[in-house]
Amino acid sequence: MSELTGAEVILRALKDHSVDHIFGYPGGAVLPLYDELFKSNDAPKHILVRHEQGAAHAAEGYARSTGKPGVLLVTSGPGATNAVTGLTDAMMDSIPLVCISGQVPTHLIGTDAFQEADTVGITRACTKHNWLVKDPNDLAKVIHEAFHVATSGRPGPVVVDVPKDIQFADAKYYPPIEFKNENYKPQLKPDMRFIDEAIELMANSKKPVFYTGGGVINSGPEASHLLKELALLTGFPVTSTLMGLGAFPSEESNWLGMLGMHGTYEANLAMNECDLLINIGARFDDRVTGRLDAFSPNSKKIHVDIDPSSINKTVPIDVPILGDCAYALEGLLLKWKSKGHKVNLDSWYKKINDWRKKDSLSYKNSSDSIKPQFAVERLYELTKEKDTFITTEVGQHQMWAAQHYKFNKPNRWMTSGGLGTMGYGLPAAIGVQAAHPESLVIDIAGEASVLMNMQEMSTAVQHKLPIKIFIINNQYMGMVRQWQELLHGGRYSHSYTDSLPDFVKLAEAYGCLGVRTSSPDELDKKIEEMLNYDGPVIFDCVVDQDENCYPMIPSGAAHNEMLLSKDKDNKEVSDEGKVLI
Amino acid sequence: MIKIKKEEIESHTISLLVDNEAGVLARVIGLFSGRGYNIESLAVAEVDQDHHKSRITIVTNGSPMTISQIKSQLERIVPVHSVKDLTTEGPSIEREMALIKVVCDGDNREEVIRLSEVYRAKIVDTTKNSFIFELTGANDKINSFIEMLHPLGLEDISRTGLAAISRGKKE
Repeated sequence: MSELTGAEVILRALKDHSVDHIFGYPGGAVLPLYDELFKSNDAPKHILVRHEQGAAHAAEGYARSTGKPGVLLVTSGPGATNAVTGLTDAMMDSIPLVCISGQVPTHLIGTDAFQEADTVGITRACTKHNWLVKDPNDLAKVIHEAFHVATSGRPGPVVVDVPKDIQFADAKYYPPIEFKNENYKPQLKPDMRFIDEAIELMANSKKPVFYTGGGVINSGPEASHLLKELALLTGFPVTSTLMGLGAFPSEESNWLGMLGMHGTYEANLAMNECDLLINIGARFDDRVTGRLDAFSPNSKKIHVDIDPSSINKTVPIDVPILGDCAYALEGLLLKWKSKGHKVNLDSWYKKINDWRKKDSLSYKNSSDSIKPQFAVERLYELTKEKDTFITTEVGQHQMWAAQHYKFNKPNRWMTSGGLGTMGYGLPAAIGVQAAHPESLVIDIAGEASVLMNMQEMSTAVQHKLPIKIFIINNQYMGMVRQWQELLHGGRYSHSYTDSLPDFVKLAEAYGCLGVRTSSPDELDKKIEEMLNYDGPVIFDCVVDQDENCYPMIPSGAAHNEMLLSKDKDNKEVSDEGKVLI
Repeated sequence: MIKIKKEEIESHTISLLVDNEAGVLARVIGLFSGRGYNIESLAVAEVDQDHHKSRITIVTNGSPMTISQIKSQLERIVPVHSVKDLTTEGPSIEREMALIKVVCDGDNREEVIRLSEVYRAKIVDTTKNSFIFELTGANDKINSFIEMLHPLGLEDISRTGLAAISRGKKE
């Protein structure tokens, strides 16, 4: 145990937790910490963002692409409140973040001091846990606990709020190895009885389907290997949530594509008609289930989840398997092998192949204007051989990216799922690029979303992070417009953006390369130009303004009530459906 | 030389009348945690069903300045209708109820019964080797009973927190 200042303790702890990047923004209440960053030779690399929301999303991008916790450092008051959106995003998508925030000195807490905010109170609802450190000798313990809580069990964001006087005070330090966790011990290994029950159901099923989610990715690359092995061995078809894309390779023949509101016809119909649904690390989100009382009505349900509160939350489960996905998958795999089960799926695949014939992701291409789906397809074709990471903003472009960009590896796809945060993709790309400096990092963006955190281009330029911002520009908040078309009689209330900036000039103003095209013939050449440029690029891909995102399960509808395109079978959305988001 | 006046820490009982609506308790407690005030004890229940009013009794401590700030801050909360500091605003009656489980047999059993008579605690449940006592009284009376029971097989305690009310006619 050694005597340091509070600020030194924090930096030492970060080092002992192998933190190599911090995303942050200085301010009055974190000056002692920033002073330590300045003085120290072996401090983590600090990426100076332009807004604390950017720091939080960058840390998320870092975390999702590496599997390690993302760390952000913000000042008190506005620094902390600006980070709240990013923390909430990480909470919804189970991303491990450690946020260290400055706070006014302890004797001023509660006095409405300059830049004071009740950070612990404000972030209670958007963190897994948070701490206000009032005794400098608690600092080491709290930071070790913070990393433990953020990364174990179902991962999530945590906040450590450190008053300025605590950063200056003498504080005792001890390394993580001496930290004894007494409070938080999530169950990792599943109860084998339930594995046996699950195997029994699997062996006797005729129409099974794996429904996998972000939990497989959070569990680490081993879980993705095991999933692939189990799915190939059993031959069961696999669909995945938005968050789980990449855990199972999309090139395999039992891959059904993404499911849910904008999922494929075959994935959603398989969910609807299956007799056994095996949920691995997904949470029956409303985007996935559609109308709950019509959700997968004739199936037995197995649910693997590390969070007991996820099980039986909205959908009743027959076999609950509480534990880490990798352990559960390993258990299932060993048991299946040892029993030597084999299931005949011929008639099930015959049905699935009929659904596949609908070709639900197809669209009418055009030679006059760039169809957004075509833009994503070309981007995929021109980057699939490279070491590529994709982030997105939120909206139509996000769904087109999920549908038309194919993922074969985990941790390559970073998107805001649960919270649906416009402005996520650009800063997330910064975090990914910081962690993978040699890789190609592309933010597939919408022009409305990307403007929400456009200031972070400046961060990318300063830190020489050559991110590519591929804007699918239709001048509309496309998903809002699509819903107005579907639910509100085409009254496009405030979903059209007039006076957009000239993105090419904007790129140049930031010191980046700007590229624009609106011609399908020119698209490949321009994408190559973007890929060949050694530095950040903003690509303004001007697309057809009227294209909508299909297939779609309208709100309040069931999986077998999908809309496949604008022209055909468009039914009125029910009144109950209109209330839903 | 500058003389720094050290203010004495005092304990105060504060009685709030609040709308019985969702989240009102969280607002009151959030004020205490957010501004770094202490809560020694807290009791809450509906007292007026017709008008949906609840009484929250909080025992807190701090310097006189802090106490007065706490009261002012509580008054700012919209569903809080009145804030009374029973410690300073005239005489008041304070009571707390505790349920205390003691596991014992043989000689200790008799000793425990004798003690309960001294404290006028009621035996509300008994098995061959345990008692549950109900004791109502001022805070220190309960503390002292608990202290006496410690060596005699004290097993579990549940206390309501202090409830308090001012004496005499409403002014």
